[in-house]
Amino acid sequence: MRDGDIIVTQDVNFYYGSFRALTGVNISFEKNRVTALIGPSGCGKSTLLRLLNRMNDFIEQTRVEGKVLFEGRNIYDPEVDPVEIRRRIGMVFQKPNPFPKSIFNNIVYGPRLAGGMSRTDLESLAERSLKQAVLWDEVKDILGQSAMMLSGGQQQRLCIARALAMKPDVLLMDEPTSALDPISTAKIEELMEGLKKDYTIIIVTHNMQQAARVSDYTGFFYLGRLIEFNRTGKIFTTPDMKQTEDYITGRFG
Amino acid sequence: MRQGSMKWRYLKQGIFLWVVRIAALIIAAALGGILFFIFVNGIGAVDWTFLTEPPRDSMTAGGIMPAIIGTVYLTLGAVLVAMPLGVTSAVYLSEYARSGPAVRFIRIGINSLAGVPSVVFGLFGLSLFVVYLDFGSSILAGSLTLAILILPTIIGSAEEALKAVPQTFREASLALGVSKWQTVSRIVLPNALPGILTGSILGIGRAAGETAPIMFTAAAFFTTRLPGSVFDEVMALPYHIYVLATAGTRIEETRPLQYGTALVLIALVLGVDLAAIVIRSYIRRKKRW
Amino acid sequence: MTRSFREKLIRKAFFGFAAVSIIFLLLIILFLFREALPTFQFVSIGRFIFGMEWYPTYEPPEFGIWPLIVGSLVVTSFSTLIAVPLGVLSAIYISEIAPPAVKEILKPAIELLAGLPSVVLGFFGMVVLAPWLQDTFDLPTGLNIVNASIMLAVMAIPTISSISEDALYSVPREFKEASYALGATRHETIVKVIVPAALSGISTAVILGMARAIGETMVVLMVAGGAAAVPESIFDSVRPMPASIAAEMGEAPFRSNHYHALFATGVVLLVLTLAFNFIADYVSHKFRETGSATL
Repeated sequence: MRDGDIIVTQDVNFYYGSFRALTGVNISFEKNRVTALIGPSGCGKSTLLRLLNRMNDFIEQTRVEGKVLFEGRNIYDPEVDPVEIRRRIGMVFQKPNPFPKSIFNNIVYGPRLAGGMSRTDLESLAERSLKQAVLWDEVKDILGQSAMMLSGGQQQRLCIARALAMKPDVLLMDEPTSALDPISTAKIEELMEGLKKDYTIIIVTHNMQQAARVSDYTGFFYLGRLIEFNRTGKIFTTPDMKQTEDYITGRFG
Repeated sequence: MRQGSMKWRYLKQGIFLWVVRIAALIIAAALGGILFFIFVNGIGAVDWTFLTEPPRDSMTAGGIMPAIIGTVYLTLGAVLVAMPLGVTSAVYLSEYARSGPAVRFIRIGINSLAGVPSVVFGLFGLSLFVVYLDFGSSILAGSLTLAILILPTIIGSAEEALKAVPQTFREASLALGVSKWQTVSRIVLPNALPGILTGSILGIGRAAGETAPIMFTAAAFFTTRLPGSVFDEVMALPYHIYVLATAGTRIEETRPLQYGTALVLIALVLGVDLAAIVIRSYIRRKKRW
Repeated sequence: MTRSFREKLIRKAFFGFAAVSIIFLLLIILFLFREALPTFQFVSIGRFIFGMEWYPTYEPPEFGIWPLIVGSLVVTSFSTLIAVPLGVLSAIYISEIAPPAVKEILKPAIELLAGLPSVVLGFFGMVVLAPWLQDTFDLPTGLNIVNASIMLAVMAIPTISSISEDALYSVPREFKEASYALGATRHETIVKVIVPAALSGISTAVILGMARAIGETMVVLMVAGGAAAVPESIFDSVRPMPASIAAEMGEAPFRSNHYHALFATGVVLLVLTLAFNFIADYVSHKFRETGSATL
């Protein structure tokens, strides 16, 4: 384990029933960097992402083998509280999924339930999170209105702000722009660049240009295995593995 | 393909379509006919006095006020008991249960309970609540009996309402490090609430129309007194119809009262059902997710 | 870990509430048997079930419920004969044929029919159907098997129709499209593809409809006529089990032989309806496991 790594997986296998979805995955995520996970659909990249904050707990008949170390501690240890893990490792989903509540109440939903914050604390937290997600200027006058009225791109930035309000260390993003138009996508990519200072970002994408644009490191998955993990610049120019090259140049997938 | 065979096939189709349409028509006509007949014959008997006064002259005149009040008490009592039980059961089945023998067992229990004949509920209520727990024939015994009767209905509709809450809401909440219980209580239940209430309204309609379960557990033949406590007997609309229509010596004479009572009961039950159906379709249409 | 302990506790609590349905079911069985078992101190099980005479208040009394069982089975069978075609055909109409506007009206109408209180249907059978039957067929009474079967069918139709409709609705579109693409007419597609694919669901609907009919009380109490004898014609009066219980329980002295015998009749009725429900459950699960491919 390198010094700057925040999450490290060791020999992770993952099963849906008797089907093995991940095999022997060893990957390290460096702090304050963006790491992209790419590969054809069904390769296991989203499965791995959900495993990092134990969202797979809610799927019946699944099983994890190996270790997922978060700051050196295995999050699959029986004593670990998965709720605590999810507070520190936030997640943004493929489709924007705001709650049918006001914009303000969406943002403060998590912190309020975590407890210990006054109304003014929550208000400044909401402002801070919305500014980080570059949404503040668009919504500062309509915080009391329903989040469902926002456009898809705004909703997704709201979901990012909602995740940031928990002050996580890591942000997992599961194809966060796949349901958005190109302009909204560009905004979110820009936003990720700014977030890097404070957060570690792990993004799953099937858009290779996106991976090339936003990430520092890239991992290529195929059939449940991590085929190659390298600096993004390297993987998109001179990959070590033939399979990676084939995928990137569009020969399959 | 031969011309004749094609013609024959379309002729068969034409006959089939008409048979099917006629079947649907018969059912619609049965509902319409029953409603129309009760309405036409009952409307003359229903006026303000009928709704607000107790029966007079050995129930051959006067109104049905005590029966209306009794039915309202029995029904509300049943829903107050059944709703918390039904909703918590549904929360377990929809949010917590993982498929396995325990859930299969619970489902069999609910389905079987739904299939128990109403008169058997009456016997059960008599044996447990009236006799064993010594509540006597009372609002309490009748409400509890009806509560168990409508429990499967309420569980079913509450579960449906919970399942209709998008999975993405749960995921979003859980991914924020919010616990399962908080997710259920802050996100899932509030969003399912309109549907749960609709289901409970349907339960009210069901409970208000039942006769056999309250015959031995709550219903009084005749009383002008309004109930003072949950241990009192009450008159109830369905039982009142039955009594007037079968047990008097002057059955023909009280026909208008029978029609009038039937009309009031139908208006109550179908009004409640219709409200639930309208609310449900409104919720479905308005849903923003 | 306090939070996960609390979560576990909440989960257990909800499980406890979910189990109340089973507890109630067991309580029903327990308390029915509690009052029913003394019956067999004064009449054997065989004579109780197969005895031809039900004279509970005579001296000496006779407690044979065979005529009541036959009464229940007869009205249930005839009502099924009426309700199944109407229920299934109306489901086909709603699911496959009706234009959306008609569907919007017909579906709630069937729900409302299901919501009609049984005492109102019994009342309708008494004041409308009975005199009409009596006049038309020149009978001594219109309160008979035919009347009860028709009114019970009205009660069973909504159950059969709505469950059948669900089954028809869930037949995959691909089946229908494949059939049309092969040049089948709409009628042929419905009869040869859609209905067979939904057959298991429709069977469940029919069984549950029958369970509804056999357990229904007020209709048979008010319009079946009440004669505790094995019928010889469809225009004879009968006394199905629920009618007997409802009519006599009010007059049976507390914990008398008659009272216990009525509870025992309730047990027989409960066993019959639960059997129907288990069969329905089995059929629908069988369907889910094997799919429609086996049909």
